[in-house]
Amino acid sequence: MSAPTIADGLNCPLPIGEYDTIVLAHGGGGKLTHRLIDGVFKRHFSNPDLDRLHDGAVVDMGSGRIAMTTDGYVVSPIVFPGGTIGELAVNGTVNDLAMCGALPRYLTASFILEEGLPMPELDSVVASMAEAARKAGVAVVTGDTKVVPRGKADRLFITTSGVGVVPPERVIGHERVAPGDAVILSGTIADHGMAIMSVREGLEFESEIRSDTMALNGLVEAMFTAAPDLRFLRDPTRGGVASTLNELAASAKLGIVIDETAVPVDGVVRSACEILGFDPLYVANEGKLLAVTAAKDAEKVVAAMRAHPAGKHAAVIGRITEGHPGVVVLRTAIGGERVVDMISGEQLPRIC
Amino acid sequence: MKYLDEYRDPALAKRLSERIHAVVKRPWTIMEICGGQTHSIVKSGLERLVPPSLTIVHGPGCPVCVTPLEIIEKAVRIAAQPGVIFTSFGDMLRVPGDTTDLLHVKANGGDVRIVYSPLDAVAIARKNPDRRVVFFAVGFETTAPANAMAVWQAHKEGLTNFSILSSHVLVPPAIEALLSAENNRVQGFLAAGHVCTVMGYHEYFPLVERYRTPIVVTGFEPIDILQGILMLVTQLEEGRHDLENQYARVVTREGNAAAQRMIFSVFEVGHRTWRGIGEIPMSGYRLRPEFAAFDAERLFDVGDIAVRESPLCIAGTILTGMKKPFECPAFGTQCSPEHPLGAPMVSSEGACAAYYNFKRQGSAV
Repeated sequence: MSAPTIADGLNCPLPIGEYDTIVLAHGGGGKLTHRLIDGVFKRHFSNPDLDRLHDGAVVDMGSGRIAMTTDGYVVSPIVFPGGTIGELAVNGTVNDLAMCGALPRYLTASFILEEGLPMPELDSVVASMAEAARKAGVAVVTGDTKVVPRGKADRLFITTSGVGVVPPERVIGHERVAPGDAVILSGTIADHGMAIMSVREGLEFESEIRSDTMALNGLVEAMFTAAPDLRFLRDPTRGGVASTLNELAASAKLGIVIDETAVPVDGVVRSACEILGFDPLYVANEGKLLAVTAAKDAEKVVAAMRAHPAGKHAAVIGRITEGHPGVVVLRTAIGGERVVDMISGEQLPRIC
Repeated sequence: MKYLDEYRDPALAKRLSERIHAVVKRPWTIMEICGGQTHSIVKSGLERLVPPSLTIVHGPGCPVCVTPLEIIEKAVRIAAQPGVIFTSFGDMLRVPGDTTDLLHVKANGGDVRIVYSPLDAVAIARKNPDRRVVFFAVGFETTAPANAMAVWQAHKEGLTNFSILSSHVLVPPAIEALLSAENNRVQGFLAAGHVCTVMGYHEYFPLVERYRTPIVVTGFEPIDILQGILMLVTQLEEGRHDLENQYARVVTREGNAAAQRMIFSVFEVGHRTWRGIGEIPMSGYRLRPEFAAFDAERLFDVGDIAVRESPLCIAGTILTGMKKPFECPAFGTQCSPEHPLGAPMVSSEGACAAYYNFKRQGSAV
């Protein structure tokens, strides 16, 4: 070994160019930020609007009313059976637009990264997000990245905003809902919430429970084609079907009667709910919608939904009533009846 | 689905309902003991399937409801101490002590974790030798074997950082306390199937004889409960007071001997205070002296705790079946699951919360 020279000792160490984890400097706005944007975000999301790398985007919306929405995603773990936080961030915002009757067009995405997040994990989440955007037919046109010190965030938070166009003839909302209307559900409930719960708690079932995260704009278009007079749309995410129905009953000042046996629940999900003492009606969904149509349209809407991959298990689950305004009533499987109220706090597992 | 759909079969429910209607000739008041049964009754809307002259009152069998305020306050204070990992079944997190609840302790930085089995708490203790891990061991005879097993396991492994805050209660002394009360109005009981799975049902023969009151050991699914009710009202109408077993697919006369051995190697029977009822002699389990090292009440100095129940709460009369939740003036007004004044409004098994969630009075159903 040769003796160290003076030059060796005075060498200024070159900064590391390629990091395998997120460091604070990735949010500093300098070279590392640009490398992160080019190497991860631009690489996956690339489109002419985004590639200008502006902090804003100028997009063509055509004619019609504009629908806007924004939503934050903080799910843990960031990768779970059936999806990632990135897919949720795209599908959730696309669905919020679709539930306005809009054709979703453009998204923005804001990332809050925790220092120390492994780069490959970020890369795969962003890749899954880009794939979800492609499937939903929307473009991510601008965004933002911030890095916070370790412990100040839980790995990765994403906020997406979206804009879409509502065709002129579409008017939906709780004020259009009337007694006698049919309540339609697009498929099995509680899949997302129980998928997250089973990974968090390390619970294993005979077959894996997968999140149902999915963009519903295609399904919504199929429904409007079958029945242009669709009256109400909502995706029952947090708080589940029960909370969405309660919100509708309260805002429409009408009653809702649901038939327990008509509500589709996957067998494994149902077992998981039974074991943990959860009521699937209150568990989150990320790829399901509730719709209200005139009773005469119900059959053709359900048929159109069942012909679409996102609505294979669609069913009429109940109807709107004049009686008991503001109250959702469930006809139970054994022929009893009960009120389905808004949940107080979170569902907690029971003792016995 | 196997083991679920069979016991929620609408046609069978209808047949049982018709038979109950045919049998019942006079007004009767019966009580289901267990919170799990209460939950099932209100969740399935089962009361609509029995005649109006049959009154079903909900008993003191919800562990969340009968755990004394003092113990909950102790839990809150232990959980707030630095270096402690406080583990509990989910329901207990929302029960307010005198000052706050475990959810708030957690929000303020306390390490409070929901576990599904007490053995998970032992595993947490094993993984965190520098932390003190406490498990909130509440419940009836049903949860006792697993809780005993956790202490036994920790003892066997020589874990010195594991303890339990124990508040175990027993069903037969509670039934006796209800039956011996002067103003008792309960004429027959559905006994708790899961408790009897562990303990058997032989303990109930003296009660049936002494108080000339029929008891039917009953399961938890809607069909189980309807059948239990049919068996009970049949006895009442025929003037019999027998001990019968509806839940025979699970419950035997002697119960689970291995589970009982585990219980009694770790616990012994002692007096216990029940929230809303008061002290009932020999109505609970406490750790045997040789397991004192696992007793959180001894290990943690949480000082003198003086607690005060809300003067508006009538939990005692609810838990003893004197009144229905909606007969309480605070029900749904000052007292709701968001702002519970007493424990029965907290757990979904609690009679008040069950009524509030599934059956609000005044809703024109």
